[in-house]
Amino acid sequence: MSPRRTETGGRIDRLRTIRFTFDGAPYTGHAGDTLASALLANGVTLFGRSFKYHRPRGLLAAGVEEPNALVTVLRGEVREPNIPATMVEIYDGLVAVSQNRSPSLAWDIGALNQLGGKLLSAGFYYKTFMGPVIGPLKGTRFWMFCEHFIRRAAGLGRAGTAPDTSRYERMNAFCDVLVVGSGPAGLMAAKAAADQGGRVILAELEAKFGGSANWSGETIDGAPAADWAGRVVGQLEGNDNVRLLPRTTVWGYYDGNTLAALERVTDHKEVPAKGEPRQRYWAIRAKTVVLATGSFERPLVFPGNDRPGVMLAHAAERYANEYGVLPGERIALFTNNDSAYRSAVALKKAGAAVVAVIDVRSDVSNEMSRLASQAEAELLAGHAVVATEGGRTLAGLKVQRFELTSGALSGDERSIHADCLLMSGGRSPTIHLASQAGAKAMWNPARQAFLPPQPTQRWIGAGAFTGSFSTAEAIAEGRSAGLQAAGGSPSSAPLPVVEAAPGEPDPAPVFEIKAKGKSFVDFQHDVTAEDVRLAHREGFVSVEHLKRYTTLGMATDQGKNSNVPGLAIMAEALGKPIPEVGTTRFRPPYTAVSIGSLAAERFGDLKPERLTPMHDWHVANGATMYAAGLWYRPMIYGLAGETVEQAYVREAAATRESAGIVDVSTLGKIAVQGPDAAEFLDRVYTNMFSTLAVGKARYGLMLREDGLAFDDGTTWRLGEQDFLMTTTTANAGKVMQHLEYFLDVIWPELKVTVTSVTDEWAGAAIGGPKARAILAACVNATAVDNATLPFMGIVHGEIAGVPVMICRLSFSGEMAFEVYSGAGYGTRVWEALIEAGKPFGLVTYGLEALGTMRIEKGHVTGAEIDGRTTARDLHLDWMLSKKKPFIGSAMMDREGLIAPDRLELVGVIALDNRALNGGGHIVEELDEENPHDSIGHITACCYSPALGKYIALALVKGGKARHGTRAFVSDPLRNRFGPVEIVSNHFYDPDGSRLHG
Amino acid sequence: MLINCPYCGPRDVIEFTYQGDGNRKRPQPASQDLDAWNAYVYDRLNPAGDHNEIWQHSGGCRAHLRVVRNTVTHEILSTAFARGGHKSAGHKAGGNQ
Repeated sequence: MSPRRTETGGRIDRLRTIRFTFDGAPYTGHAGDTLASALLANGVTLFGRSFKYHRPRGLLAAGVEEPNALVTVLRGEVREPNIPATMVEIYDGLVAVSQNRSPSLAWDIGALNQLGGKLLSAGFYYKTFMGPVIGPLKGTRFWMFCEHFIRRAAGLGRAGTAPDTSRYERMNAFCDVLVVGSGPAGLMAAKAAADQGGRVILAELEAKFGGSANWSGETIDGAPAADWAGRVVGQLEGNDNVRLLPRTTVWGYYDGNTLAALERVTDHKEVPAKGEPRQRYWAIRAKTVVLATGSFERPLVFPGNDRPGVMLAHAAERYANEYGVLPGERIALFTNNDSAYRSAVALKKAGAAVVAVIDVRSDVSNEMSRLASQAEAELLAGHAVVATEGGRTLAGLKVQRFELTSGALSGDERSIHADCLLMSGGRSPTIHLASQAGAKAMWNPARQAFLPPQPTQRWIGAGAFTGSFSTAEAIAEGRSAGLQAAGGSPSSAPLPVVEAAPGEPDPAPVFEIKAKGKSFVDFQHDVTAEDVRLAHREGFVSVEHLKRYTTLGMATDQGKNSNVPGLAIMAEALGKPIPEVGTTRFRPPYTAVSIGSLAAERFGDLKPERLTPMHDWHVANGATMYAAGLWYRPMIYGLAGETVEQAYVREAAATRESAGIVDVSTLGKIAVQGPDAAEFLDRVYTNMFSTLAVGKARYGLMLREDGLAFDDGTTWRLGEQDFLMTTTTANAGKVMQHLEYFLDVIWPELKVTVTSVTDEWAGAAIGGPKARAILAACVNATAVDNATLPFMGIVHGEIAGVPVMICRLSFSGEMAFEVYSGAGYGTRVWEALIEAGKPFGLVTYGLEALGTMRIEKGHVTGAEIDGRTTARDLHLDWMLSKKKPFIGSAMMDREGLIAPDRLELVGVIALDNRALNGGGHIVEELDEENPHDSIGHITACCYSPALGKYIALALVKGGKARHGTRAFVSDPLRNRFGPVEIVSNHFYDPDGSRLHG
Repeated sequence: MLINCPYCGPRDVIEFTYQGDGNRKRPQPASQDLDAWNAYVYDRLNPAGDHNEIWQHSGGCRAHLRVVRNTVTHEILSTAFARGGHKSAGHKAGGNQ
């Protein structure tokens, strides 16, 4: 096996051995290794199978841009797919597996796809899966039929199904200067800004700060660059005003200089420390950002450029210098620029044989020739690689003479024996964040690269990001950017001195060698140069269309390698210069972001829960709690062995028989106070409130501005200028906002304040024939007889020494009272009521019984006030005052809102004595095979103990006119069909005799 | 995006609720002019550029604010209480000052 670990060198800890598995086989590596470097050191060259053709693929890169070596990391049952092996730090017990292969990486059945390569060209799906126009597979059905197989054959890793048990965190951070990237430019910027006293955050996406300093082999201030970087990091660590964030990818640049970053806190650890989240999402607000994100080396496009063993030159240099791993023993380099010569020397130094440097330029400087000799490599200037050979590893390559201006190949093919071919196609600045921030990239013909444009937000660029590829420039620009960002003045102090290999930054404008065979542009998505030309021939000339048609630059790497070569090939096909073709705008995220980190703590344990003051009592007394929005409310207080239906039927029946009590603390409560409070309520409600006497309550209905029903509830007049409004539980927030809007924006002249007091009051509704007697037994300081407390009357009294406010109103249809006390005394009052009720057979009841009794009475709730119904639809038109305008009054009589065929509230009785379902449709004729012509739907249903039948409320076309007629319920999803009778929504005690006692 | 609440100071947009186009004129309550009501309830300006908007500081002082915002750059040009009175300078999209 050719790749191997060097005896010395590199920044790994050879004394610490780490054990892990890849595809089930055990391997060892060292502390400081990535999965990629450790496997490479073990002689692994095959890392994955390509997207469409299932071609064997090895490592292309050493960093975040790796397109081929995507792996799935397993932690117990939880699997995270599509992580570049270059970004996985190994730890003891790491389990990683390869992707997109079956049955194994070495023997992959999908590789047969290569034989049909022509079929799988660009637009393959669109062309092949146009279904026939008739027949069972017409239209898109054919595609849907084939999709199942294609999805299995093509693609990336498989997502897991096990729940992710990790914890994620969200942090908000503020700083004067955020530095993104910690190469020489970023380190200098952070240091300069920190020395000015600014609050600095330095984010580095890799584990180790230093960027290229860790592997460049250069010298800074007389020390190896990596040592210099370590020293600067040490100085930064000692600063209170600096926060260092390793393993933190800044992935989004949003307006207001807000940036999103993902910190991988424990992904590299066998066992996280106590309390550590897996990942942390940072929302960073920076006054100024220094973008020092560096650049990516580009591949060259030539036949067989995807064979395992073909790698980027800088990546190989990094494997050798940082990880002490040689990617091959006989290495050839293929370049269009000077930087590969430094790589050649570095690999020679590390112990490899460098057999040839193949340069597309015939004119190579003396300095470069000297470097080639230093590497003891044959220099083939004016040559190009036209083919590679081998299977799962590289065996050799073929070169031909190459003419730079015409791209013509000539002369005989010459074979070169090599097990590793390094390519260097120039560099592309990593301008993703600047592009996200809204600036359009600018083509620089000398650099043959898109450079960052003028900032549209407050950022300053430094180093390779700006196209300044030398370390000396990076250091100068970094310091200047840091000073400027922190508000300092330019410094003339001497800069650290860099000793680096010579070389010019500009490459020859060569992107592709046109020879026979598949030349890959986008490795991750298997897009070849021919695919790009095919797309052009078929009329996809815009880069945006090119991207979508060929999938060039999609998927997890988002074109980090392929963007510029792809554009260059398209530009050539169009006969236009690259800047005229333009580039696609980069969008967040820069790299894959876990959904968990975005949700952070806003789910599960830390989702807010609203509990009523009596919550603990309910739980202790057998209630089954039910989440209604954020609130938790008792659903039933079940007895042993009872079903839910048996429990609520018992509770509702007992309430109508003797008395029942229910917790109504969740109702929205708003104090409406001030000299104009009554006038305000007249405008807000459809009915009059200014005429309401102090000490009385009234049921009110609100409409929206468009005339549709909005919310209902009772409002109590506690004083001349003091009202207590109640709302439905679900709409409490919306109603509050509605009132505030009108007071602030529409009627600022009204002297009214509104205050949410929902949480200030505990409420208990006690109803039934014995309710008044129970109150009489426990209420002090007031009488509760009919004269003192008539229907809709309010009294103040005391229960168990606690001041209470009692209003006689009814939702259940029984004579009922709502008893309000201060929230802190809710349980005390509740317990006193329960105690007083014992001799009278008082039961506690939950939401189910509450719903049952309101359905029996035909009262509406949010299920009927659904944003589509009017007051008339709900038979509440008696509440629409004609004496005054109110919100919605002008719009409520529009043609469509008074049409005779609107859905109206009715009652429905199941004639087959079986339960009905909410959402079930009502039809005139039953046709189970072909259900059609719905005339309405069920909004709420229950078994009614009062009627001894299964009943429901429904919204049905024609409504009242259908009372007494027969129809059918049609609920194909739940296979519930059957006859029903449509009746009035007032099933029970329609004249209200019970609530008046 | 930061909105400079005249009462609370510059706060993140997450604390605010968008309450719609601030250019709408509500007809007099008793008006029967359905066209005017229709325009008020349904018509919204959608400019690419400066826009008068109503925002509520729902996660703060709960005041409704008149905000002039550039819908292209998200720059906040000015904020003021909808009830009138105190007015605050805007907030550059470039960050907190």
